Amino acid sequence: MIIYFLCLVLFAIGLYCVLRKRNIIKIIVGIIISEYAANLFFILTAYRIGGRAPIFQEGVDITNMVDPLPHALVLTAIVIGLATTALLVAIAMRIYEKYGTFDITKIRELNG
Amino acid sequence: MSNISSIIPLFTAIPLGGAFVISLIGRKARWISDLLAILTALVICVLSLLSVRIYNMYGVLTYSVGGWIPPVGIGMVLDGLTTFMLVVVNLVAFCVVIYSINYMERFTSKWKFYTLFFLMVAGMNGVIISGDIFNFFVFLEIASVASYALVAFGTEKHELEAAFKYAVMGTIGSLFILLGIALLYGYTSTLNMADMANVLAQKNTTNLTLMVSVMFLMGFGLKAAIVPFHGWLPDAHPSAPAPISAMLSGVLIKSLGIYAICRIFFNVIGISQPISSILMFLGALSMVVGGLLALGQWDLKRLLAYSSISQIGYIVLAIGLATPLGILAGLFHLFNHSIFKSLLFLNSGSVEYITGTRDLKKMGGLSQNAPFTSTINLIGSMSIAGIPPFSGFWSKLFIIVAVVQAGRFGYAFWAILVSILTLAMYLKVTKYAFSGSLKESLKHIKKVPVFMKLSMAILAVITLIGGLLLVPGVDELFLKPAADTMLQGVRYSTGILTGLK
Repeated sequence: MIIYFLCLVLFAIGLYCVLRKRNIIKIIVGIIISEYAANLFFILTAYRIGGRAPIFQEGVDITNMVDPLPHALVLTAIVIGLATTALLVAIAMRIYEKYGTFDITKIRELNG
Repeated sequence: MSNISSIIPLFTAIPLGGAFVISLIGRKARWISDLLAILTALVICVLSLLSVRIYNMYGVLTYSVGGWIPPVGIGMVLDGLTTFMLVVVNLVAFCVVIYSINYMERFTSKWKFYTLFFLMVAGMNGVIISGDIFNFFVFLEIASVASYALVAFGTEKHELEAAFKYAVMGTIGSLFILLGIALLYGYTSTLNMADMANVLAQKNTTNLTLMVSVMFLMGFGLKAAIVPFHGWLPDAHPSAPAPISAMLSGVLIKSLGIYAICRIFFNVIGISQPISSILMFLGALSMVVGGLLALGQWDLKRLLAYSSISQIGYIVLAIGLATPLGILAGLFHLFNHSIFKSLLFLNSGSVEYITGTRDLKKMGGLSQNAPFTSTINLIGSMSIAGIPPFSGFWSKLFIIVAVVQAGRFGYAFWAILVSILTLAMYLKVTKYAFSGSLKESLKHIKKVPVFMKLSMAILAVITLIGGLLLVPGVDELFLKPAADTMLQGVRYSTGILTGLK
């Protein structure tokens, strides 16, 4: 049970980082932390206590395996995260070229 | 049966293929990328109109990807709501591509624009046809990432700032959706949406489904820009190039936000009283806040962006009622709003094209030397403000009637009040930009090119005759099936699961 709670704490740390930090790069790191917490949680839903690798063999009981599906899904989610992070870093670099700073309090020409 | 079902994956395959081919050979010459883009958009537009006919002939169709039978494999579904949304997305996408031929000339790499554009269309179509919740998430991310890049397309100061804000908020929204999917998978051990609805219906409602509902509401609310989550929209929509603003405001917030809310809350989790009340409250809140903020804007596109928030509020309010009339009215308003808001955004693009500014204070008297732009603005404004012959009037009337019928007189009052606010904000645009005396700086302005005029004319005709969709007989083709799919609630799963086996 505690491991799920720690996973939630990791997610909250990421969110705090996004909300409170002023440096663009730190905001991106916060997003990455949150993303990994979500992925970790997805993997944890597959875990069975004392489970074994989900490989089908003759004469072996198919019960008590870990669930292989979330692993496949999380691989996809990691790739999506990679794309998002790459785009965010690219935008951050362009912002640095234009504004000459990473501080979001100085990048405030729009006020939505 | 199986031959007809194979139309379903084409809705993502064609735009994906189009994006790939354009990125390969589009850089050789401009006319190649233009031609390929028009062809791709035309094919998916015709296919989506064809799907309405197919749905009316054969009913709900399903397709199993790779021959793996769901719930094990990935399923794609074509039902009433799907065909409705496909028509909305692909019709607007087609008009926007025609518009971009002339408008995007000012940017250097047009083929990159078309590639990203078709990736976004593929993502939106994928979200709409997917019957598998994780596949749904993947397509949602494809559309979102493409739209972040498109907002930053101009790579100027404001574009980059808006795109960064949008990308951060959008990613957080997606994370909540992913967490919700993980929780739902852990609870039901299935990813197929129909199967998931079945399993959830057999188990009792627990705190877990409530928690998942809240996570989805946050995630999809961020994508749909409902009021507490709307912060990215007024920056992102004005900063993007005009065709992309039209796409974002017209269809992206609807297919990723409203459609997802409809599908998940009505067909998978099942609408319950608390969720319905929350949706109605958030809808009314966005309606009022968006309307009030729009009234104070002097930037034409920013005004339109806030007005989008306000109109999204109408749709969410009507859908949140969960009565047959409310859902019908909400979906009808969704259709109308995607048409007239893309029309208005495209028109704001042509105002920017001929005058070089978006500031209402620097305009004036444009009706004298830009009669076409002025007429289009009048048609779009009258439609969104709800003046009778136009489609916007009918959907707003239906929403207010539905709210009154459900006995929610308070919400009906706000709906009428905001409709007056809407009229006021569009009168402001007409007064400052189009009527009055012509300013000296605007004496010699450029002409609007022919393709931009053509696409706006198509949209203007649709919004003029859009009210006809409600005529008995016509509504059974298009609007009723979509509302019926949502009204079926979680029972929709039985049709799909029998179709798959």
